[in-house]
Amino acid sequence: MLQALLVILLLPLAAFVILTAVGRRLPRQGDVVAVGANLAAFAVAALVFVQVIFGIHDPGFHRTWQMDYLRLGSFHLEMGIWLDNLTACMLVVVTLVSSMVNLFSVGYMAGDPRYSRYFAHLSLFTFSMLGLVLAHNLIGLYVFWELVGLTSYLLIGFWFEKHSASNAAKKAFLTTRIGDVGMFIGILIVAWKIGDFTYEGVFAGIARGDLAGSLLTLAGVGLFLGAVGKSAQVPLHVWLPDAMEGPTPVSALIHAATMVAAGVYLVGRLYPVFNLEAFWIIALVGSITAFLAATIAITATDIKKVLAYSTISQLGYMIAGLGAGAFTAGLFHLWTHAYFKALLFLGAGSVIHAVHTQEMFDMGGLRRKMPITFATMLVATLAISGVPGLSGFFSKDAILAGTLAFGMAYGGVRYLPFVLLLVAAGITAFYMFRLFFVTFTGQPRDHHKFDHAHESPRVMTIPLIVLAVMSVVSVGIPFVTDHWFAEVVKAPVLGAHAEAGHSPAAEASPAAEPSAAAEHSPAAGHGAFAVTHEHEHAAHLPALAGSILMSGLGILMAYLTYGRGVVSAAAWSRYLRPLYLLLKNKYFFDEVYQVLVVRTVLLLAGLARLFDIYVVDAMVNGAGKLSARLAWFVGGVDLFGVDGLVNGLAQTVIGFGRAARKVQTGRLQNYVYGFMGILLLIVFVKMFR
Amino acid sequence: MSILDPTNLNAYLFVSTVLFALGSYAIVSRRNAVSVLMGIELVLNSANVNFVAFSRFTATDLRGQLFAIFVIILAAAEAAVALAIILAIYHNFNTIDVNEIDSLRD
Repeated sequence: MLQALLVILLLPLAAFVILTAVGRRLPRQGDVVAVGANLAAFAVAALVFVQVIFGIHDPGFHRTWQMDYLRLGSFHLEMGIWLDNLTACMLVVVTLVSSMVNLFSVGYMAGDPRYSRYFAHLSLFTFSMLGLVLAHNLIGLYVFWELVGLTSYLLIGFWFEKHSASNAAKKAFLTTRIGDVGMFIGILIVAWKIGDFTYEGVFAGIARGDLAGSLLTLAGVGLFLGAVGKSAQVPLHVWLPDAMEGPTPVSALIHAATMVAAGVYLVGRLYPVFNLEAFWIIALVGSITAFLAATIAITATDIKKVLAYSTISQLGYMIAGLGAGAFTAGLFHLWTHAYFKALLFLGAGSVIHAVHTQEMFDMGGLRRKMPITFATMLVATLAISGVPGLSGFFSKDAILAGTLAFGMAYGGVRYLPFVLLLVAAGITAFYMFRLFFVTFTGQPRDHHKFDHAHESPRVMTIPLIVLAVMSVVSVGIPFVTDHWFAEVVKAPVLGAHAEAGHSPAAEASPAAEPSAAAEHSPAAGHGAFAVTHEHEHAAHLPALAGSILMSGLGILMAYLTYGRGVVSAAAWSRYLRPLYLLLKNKYFFDEVYQVLVVRTVLLLAGLARLFDIYVVDAMVNGAGKLSARLAWFVGGVDLFGVDGLVNGLAQTVIGFGRAARKVQTGRLQNYVYGFMGILLLIVFVKMFR
Repeated sequence: MSILDPTNLNAYLFVSTVLFALGSYAIVSRRNAVSVLMGIELVLNSANVNFVAFSRFTATDLRGQLFAIFVIILAAAEAAVALAIILAIYHNFNTIDVNEIDSLRD
């Protein structure tokens, strides 16, 4: 099993290394390597998945393999691999979507000047994402977390000649960094109080009560901030719509199906770290995000922007589900959403490839030109709208039921997540069918572009078909075996810290026996939550009815407005002009940030600059001037003292030499005079002594 | 007793002194290198006269006379070498005037 996991992890890395080293010299610039490595990784991941989910079929199954990575005195850090049912599902999501996106890119990116580098980056991303889901401790998770951030940056800014693309890449990197700082603080709090980074160690520490009370809330919120940044939750969602500047397959892989889901995965993986306060914040942030993003998507006209806001909204669903205690439902939505959202993005890519515009209102009537794209997009649109029978319906319904049960259990303001999500469900159906009708039905609005449109090549349509099939069968056979996910992915046992007494709700909970809850409840593990089976049963039907009603209403309104043209969208936008402008400008998030954050930062930078000039520079310059003076003095001493001594000595020697030189005349007879004179001198000395 | 009495050592020393003086004078005054060489020969021969004379009048063996023979042989060799040098100088400088040959001066 370990070997299989290592193969899955290292295949994309090998592809990255090969493509980076010799990619441009390989035939077809090496795209075969990337596609092959990803497909092979998917094949192995599928084997692992089948073995773990259907072979072992144990909700409590998990295994780790680890080795020492770092030893510093008493501190030691292990790196290792964690495998459980959730990991097995994530492996399939990542490798399958990645394979399909790689395949699709062969057609979509054909002829790009940096074709080889594109596939190298994609493979690096797949490797990082796999590392993220396989990591068995917080440090490993954090390392791969940053690596996916890096590859996201590289791929958003892939067409860096475009100013908007490089700016979007910077924005994505900086915005997610804010969340990552919170996550790092969370990790540090865990390290400080528990002193262990492995999931098992952390969970055990929390069960012992090493980390509890408001500090636990802080750690949970900190870690959740990482998820807020990565999964584009309000208020850090602003980077994701801009990230659509990247190539469309990248948007499908990174900014729809996998990387942005890492935040959801993080919350799910670290479920026992959060306490009820943190969960309430998570549920609130998720549901508000789901609602706000859905409303913005109504007025967006760029096909990719609609999908981007839809992604933010759906991620909000998952987060809200997790925060409301619907652990399985939230992660189930991550599983189903990955397929139909990747399909929606790839379908949009196929359309953009055909008509060379992203503006929906330049399209229209593409059903006749692109039948396969049309059909697969229809499947995905139905799935995301929550039409019964498709995957999105099951997961979204489960989340709605979970949040309703949460509201019932606590009452009052805790109904808010459910209400927001229910409304968002209707809006989701509306804007998705708006996109669908505007793009594929009716009359072409731009005849020039319509005439040039054509169905994409087979290398692009096959991934669409595969993902369309997955959009249906990822839940198993609808209404028959659609419980397989809920049977194996169950919430870890919570409640140890809740019993520490800071949560009155937990004390009131009849489900205080966590193990019993974990074994008997299909949604499982509500030890910390006051949500009981009665609540769940009571919530089931209303949520189901509400979900179907809202999506039906949304689809009907979209049909009347954009399919039939009975209702005029332009007229409504005039009636509700303030609301329309608010949505059109995305609640002015960017503008507010421009004023609050960018201006403030620039002002601070200006102040820092003044401080720099008048204080730091003055000090530095003063020191410089002082040194110059000192150096001038030392130079004088050197010039007249030391040099004078050395030069004087030299001058003396030269003077002697000059005098002695005169002796050597070159005339033999002068020398003879010389030594005769000396001889005579010696004789005289001898004589008269 | 005259200074030129041949039975007395002083007569020989006198001749030797005269030869040495003449040789020295030739060495320092002549500008022709060959003449300088001839002066050197005179100095050598004055030394020879001294050797022989002292050997005849003061020594019991013939070591002084043997030395004179050595000096003669040496002088012959020296003359050959010196003449060769002078010839080489002539080839190089086109003169054998010792005042002209001063290329070792600084």
